Amino acid sequence: MREQSILRIVGKLLIPYILLFALYVQFHGDYGPGGGFQAGVIFAAGLILYGLIFGVNAARQVAPPLTMETLAALGVLLYAGTGVVAMLNGGTFLDYSALQGTHQQVVDQQVDLDEHHEGDEESTGQAEHHGFLPQGQHLGILVVELGVGLTVAAVMILIFFSFASRERVL
Amino acid sequence: MSQILGLYNYWVVICLMMIGFYIVIARGNLVKKVIGLNIFQISVFLLYITMGKVEGGTTPIKPASKFKTGAVEEFEVFSNPLPSVLMLTAIVVGVATTSLALALIVRIREAYGTVEEDEILAADQETQC
Amino acid sequence: MSEVVVYNVIVIFLLVLLLGTAITVARMRDLWAAVMLTGIYSFLGASWMMLLDAPDVAFTEAAVGAGIATFLMLGTLALTSRKAKEPNRAALVPLAVVVVTGAALVYGTFDMPHYGDPQAPVHQHVAPEYLNDSVPHVHHGKAEVKVGLEASAQGREVSLEISQSAEVSKVDVPNIVTAVLASYRGYDTLGETVVIFTAGIGVLLLLRGRRRQRVGEAPA
Repeated sequence: MREQSILRIVGKLLIPYILLFALYVQFHGDYGPGGGFQAGVIFAAGLILYGLIFGVNAARQVAPPLTMETLAALGVLLYAGTGVVAMLNGGTFLDYSALQGTHQQVVDQQVDLDEHHEGDEESTGQAEHHGFLPQGQHLGILVVELGVGLTVAAVMILIFFSFASRERVL
Repeated sequence: MSQILGLYNYWVVICLMMIGFYIVIARGNLVKKVIGLNIFQISVFLLYITMGKVEGGTTPIKPASKFKTGAVEEFEVFSNPLPSVLMLTAIVVGVATTSLALALIVRIREAYGTVEEDEILAADQETQC
Repeated sequence: MSEVVVYNVIVIFLLVLLLGTAITVARMRDLWAAVMLTGIYSFLGASWMMLLDAPDVAFTEAAVGAGIATFLMLGTLALTSRKAKEPNRAALVPLAVVVVTGAALVYGTFDMPHYGDPQAPVHQHVAPEYLNDSVPHVHHGKAEVKVGLEASAQGREVSLEISQSAEVSKVDVPNIVTAVLASYRGYDTLGETVVIFTAGIGVLLLLRGRRRQRVGEAPA
């Protein structure tokens, strides 16, 4: 009984920070170690910890299996969808530099560079960045990592529910 | 001697791989085999990551030059990021394989009543005869 | 100089612990303890990966190996049995196979580059281009066609010039591992996501039904 209350209190204190850390790892994958996969696993670990301490039914209320199945498919759709959107904008599949307006602008810029090529001109080859939203590669990587994180978290939680709610056959 | 100093990490990883391999082929319990497979997989990851290390190099993360606070040194030699990327994908595939193998073991247990390899083979042969 | 000595001492300590843990897992009959030791093994492996300048992989290995894999195996143990049966015959043939394979692999390592060698082939071809954020052999639009037509006429020099100035797909992300994973090798990561999704579907198909609460219901 005592151990139950220790687990419950410590769990209630720690689990919000675990989930917050997972979100931090997800969105700072560009600037430090991290990324979609690590964030998905940590998020799922937080929810699995909740399920282990408070029971599978409580965890099922927080993360309904139907929602998890939808999120898993949504993650893959997001990733492949980014590639298709890049194709619709004129680039090749998963060409993120085509996500900043049309690709033809970028190519025209590049062809001008090549025609007046001196060898010392510095250029980043990307269009001017206006506004605070990430452009091109940054936007592509952000969306793609979000898709990976969603899928991984949802699949891990689904596997937990499958294993934990199975009854033992004697 | 320099060969030993230069190659000892590969030899240690090969030992670990062989221990995992031994568990897979020499133990009869299916869950033990999956544990051995996991040890083998982790050793393979370690093999690739040791190949990516460059002496005097640092983590392949470029320091943000806007946040320099004076005492940050300029790193010029980075370790190779490519084995890390390949092993990230390999870890994902490894956990997918492990989860499917364990789900299969649960179903085998429910169908045969045991997870020992020789008992399962004996039960199969009985139903065939 | 003392930093290098301390580093090597820590690495050797970790390697000894890794070997000891693996051998103990091989000899153990109690599966619960074996699963715990596997979690410790993957955590020690993650520590060694940290020392080898791969924090992303160490991070992932610690979370997956010591977290997800341990919990999956414990869940399986709860649904099956906790102890393994004593092997009733001496395992000499597997031991011989393992020793022969290990000897062949060690014989193969004599051709490999030494640990930490900056001139190793793995550091030569594609990795410097990823590290410098330049475009590895891929160009976009008309520039690529020009390179293709002129390269055969004027040789390799033309293609080198254009690749250095035409940085169209420069990925301006400080974490090079994420840049390679999500942008340069984004197609592989799409495959990896589909793999994990397929694993989830597979586990759902295998373990659907037979819930604990509804005892009277037939299993799916």
